[in-house]
Amino acid sequence: MSNKEIDDRFKKFGTVSFTSQSKINDFIDYLEQGKVTGTKCKDCGLKFFPPRADCFNCLSSNIEWFDVSGAGKLLSFSKLQFGPIGFENDLPYIIALLDFSDYKVFGRISDKISEDDLQVGMDMKVVTNELPNGQLNYVFEKA
Amino acid sequence: MGNVGIIGVGQSAFVRGYPGSIKEMAFEGFQEAMQDANLSSEDIEASIVCSAPEYDKQRSPAGVISEYLGLIPQPTCYLETLCSSSSMGVRMGYSLIKSGLHDVVAVLGFQKMSEISSAESQERMGRGADIQWESPFGTMMPAYYAMYARAHMDKYGTTPEDLANIRVKASSYGQINEKAVYQKAVTMDKLSDPESKMAGPVASPLRVGDCCPNADGTSCIIMVSEEKAKALSRKPIWVMGVGAASTAVNLPGRDLFTGLTVAQNAASEAYKMAGISSKNIDVAEVHDCFTIAEIMAYEDLGFAEPGKGPELIRNKETYKDGQIPVNIDGGLLSKGHPIGATGGSQIRTIVQQLRGEAGGMQVKDPQIGLVHNIGGVGLYGNVTILGR
Repeated sequence: MSNKEIDDRFKKFGTVSFTSQSKINDFIDYLEQGKVTGTKCKDCGLKFFPPRADCFNCLSSNIEWFDVSGAGKLLSFSKLQFGPIGFENDLPYIIALLDFSDYKVFGRISDKISEDDLQVGMDMKVVTNELPNGQLNYVFEKA
Repeated sequence: MGNVGIIGVGQSAFVRGYPGSIKEMAFEGFQEAMQDANLSSEDIEASIVCSAPEYDKQRSPAGVISEYLGLIPQPTCYLETLCSSSSMGVRMGYSLIKSGLHDVVAVLGFQKMSEISSAESQERMGRGADIQWESPFGTMMPAYYAMYARAHMDKYGTTPEDLANIRVKASSYGQINEKAVYQKAVTMDKLSDPESKMAGPVASPLRVGDCCPNADGTSCIIMVSEEKAKALSRKPIWVMGVGAASTAVNLPGRDLFTGLTVAQNAASEAYKMAGISSKNIDVAEVHDCFTIAEIMAYEDLGFAEPGKGPELIRNKETYKDGQIPVNIDGGLLSKGHPIGATGGSQIRTIVQQLRGEAGGMQVKDPQIGLVHNIGGVGLYGNVTILGR
């Protein structure tokens, strides 16, 4: 890539993306391949989700990618009846947090699952998702 | 180095759609505080202007506001930590005086939330989280606090009725606070009637009645050195502790979802500074932006063991005559929450309580009071301890 081209891959993330440029733009390529990924510091081994380009622990920028896989435990969730501008067509939707023990993942519950079927502590997995407007994100499904 | 005192407190009425400019609104809180302190503008050696910038049309509000208040050519600056901005302003004012740099500092908090259209406001609300990783999922402030409420309910068996108890208490005092934006009664019947607007869902498990209203308003706190306090005031209130903390914006960076670590950390710093414990607090103002936030505050501040916050409100121990009166001015739930003005308003209430000037809201003879003010969803936390 030449210096003049702007790498704005991150604009594809989520219903509305507020960021276009990031050092971890490869996250979007992995999403397109069906993978949700975090980063790991090659120097101290600390794992990051959401992924980061830099390690605050040892001040290194020497990172590698890992796949978010297996099941995480549902820590909490909330179903929104009102959303910010740009999210009207998604309503109602459920945001949630999963715990994978050495990292956590924040995201949305798949719209195939109703709120009544959710229970704090249940096992869920993360899957990539294409939104109706062509944007990409990831959602949580029952493991 | 001497103590730091508060000799003047003021706030405007908190209203929906203030019919004037931010400068004029700022003047209302400033005027009350300066009349309270019996000072004139040239006595103020420096000012700290606090608000959350997403609601401001004016770039760099400290300049135009200090000009309007007659606080030039003295130094001024702008400070923000979202909803706890003016408590952080008081902490910075404390350090300016404690360092010996200034003897008299004005901390002015303001927010004209109606300065921007509701569409603009809704757009900004979507950017309250980390815009890279969480906002693209469509997050909103109530939904984050709702996740804390759900975790609290799951772990401790807290119920929607426990949350409703908080709103009922708030409204019982909001009705006698003439500066509150919401002065109507809110009863348990109203909160449990599915047809009532108050019971409408916002972000499960939180409902309309669990959320504080937006408002426009200003607060102002006049802080002085010990020497000045003794010379200028008959009833100075002393700043005993100013704790503050921060944590991860992104939820994956946090470990606790049944309480706020920023409140726990700020409280422990403030208690240590003041040389006291939670048992010594006679009256408190806590950041009840949502009902669950007040229950977590009871626990984070040590008024109740973790998980026992609901019992405190069930037994009415946080009412005016209870063992630890909390938010006897109606709290954010009744007063409204003009972001940058909120901390100063809470501090004003505690100063009035300690002076014995709180009128119908007066708690019996308090010696030490506490203010718990949170910025964002437990992102920034300030705990301020004041004494007679």
